[in-house]
Amino acid sequence: MLPTAIIVFREVLEAALIVGIVMAASRGAQRRGLWVSGGIATGVLGACLVALFAATIAAAAAGMGQELFDAGILFAAVGMLGWHNIWMSRHGRELASQAVQLGNEVRSGARPLWALAFAVALAVLREGSEIVLFLYGIALGGNGGPLAMGAGGLIGLALGVAAGAAIYWGLVSIPMRLLFTVTSWLVLLLAAGLASQGAAFLMQANLLPALGDNLWDTSFLLSDQSLAGRVLHTLVGYTAQPAGIQLVFYGATLLVIGGLMRLVGSAEQPTRAKPGRGSAVSPAE
Amino acid sequence: MHRSFLALFFLAAFAVPAFADDPVITITLKDHQFVPAEVPAPAGVKIKLVVRNEQKVNAEFESHSLHREKIVAAGGEVTVFVGPLNAGSYEFFDDFHSGTRGHLVVK
Repeated sequence: MLPTAIIVFREVLEAALIVGIVMAASRGAQRRGLWVSGGIATGVLGACLVALFAATIAAAAAGMGQELFDAGILFAAVGMLGWHNIWMSRHGRELASQAVQLGNEVRSGARPLWALAFAVALAVLREGSEIVLFLYGIALGGNGGPLAMGAGGLIGLALGVAAGAAIYWGLVSIPMRLLFTVTSWLVLLLAAGLASQGAAFLMQANLLPALGDNLWDTSFLLSDQSLAGRVLHTLVGYTAQPAGIQLVFYGATLLVIGGLMRLVGSAEQPTRAKPGRGSAVSPAE
Repeated sequence: MHRSFLALFFLAAFAVPAFADDPVITITLKDHQFVPAEVPAPAGVKIKLVVRNEQKVNAEFESHSLHREKIVAAGGEVTVFVGPLNAGSYEFFDDFHSGTRGHLVVK
C-alpha cells in the first residue's frame, strides 16, 4: 500500500503543482474553475487512452515513439503557458486594475483560459498515464490485492492534491496586484523547466546532441529523488545533473517567452482607459 | 526466398545505419532485480541498452545521470541509446519500484 501511495503521490504532485499555479494565475477570471476542471477531466480521459495505446505509441517511430510523444506533450504545454503569459503581459494590468475595482471578478473576455486549461490537460495526461500503467501493472501482477492498491492510490492522490492546494493557497495570499507578477514569473519558469524536460526526451530519442552529458552535479546538495528536488524540478526545472542541451532549451524558452512578454507588454499604450463594464477587455485592438 | 531475405537485410541496414556497430548490452528485470545489477560498459562510444522486463508488472527504466526515462511494459523490452559516456558509474532504477537499482559502470 505504501509504495503505491508514494509512487502515485509523486506523479500526482507534478500535475497538482501545475494546476495550483494555473488556478492562482487565473485568479479573478470568470469560469476559471470550469476551464481548469475541464482540463483535468480531459487529461484523465487522455491518460487512460494513452495507457491503453501505450504499446502502439512505444513501437512507433522505430521504438522511439514514447520519447517523441512525451516531448510533443511537453512542448505543447510550453506553448500554451507561453501564449497565456504573453497575452497577459498585454492585458494583465487592465484586468488586475478592473479586478480590484470590481471586486475581484472580471469577465474573462478574450483571455485565453483555454490555453491554461490545455496546459493542465497535458500535465494531467502525462503524469496520469504513468499512474495508470503503474497501477494496471500491479493489478495484473496481483501482489498486494486490489484493496491495498486502491487505498494506496487514494492516499497518494490525496497527498498530491493537498500539495497543489497548498501552493494555491500560498499564492492567493499574495495581494492581487503582486499576484499577477509572481504568477507570470512562476508560469515562465515552469514553462522553461518543461522545455528542458522535453529536450531530454529528444536527446533520448537521439534527435538532439547532449552538448555535455552532465555539466555539473549538485545531487549532494539536493537530490532529484528527494521531495524538495521533485518539487523544484516541476516548479523551476531543477535537475541535479543537467545536460547542455537542457540548459540551451531552458534559456531559450526564458528568452523567447520573456522577450515576447516584454515586447508585447511595452507596446501596450494605456491611453483608452475606459471604465470597464460588461466585456472588460477588448480583444487585440 | 533469397530475394525477400536480401530485401529484409537492406531494409534493416537502411533503417539503423548509424547503430550497426554500437555495442549492445541487455539488462533484464526479474523479480524486481536488474540482471546484471552492475553493467560494465565501454567509455566514449554510443551504447545500445536493451532493457527487458520479465516481470508481470510494468516498469519504468530511469536514470538521472543518464537522463533516461522509459516505460517497459510487463513482458516487453525497449531500446535505450546512451553515450558516448565518460568513465564513471551511472545509476539507474525502476521508477515504479524504487528499490530496484543498478549501475552502468563505464570504463
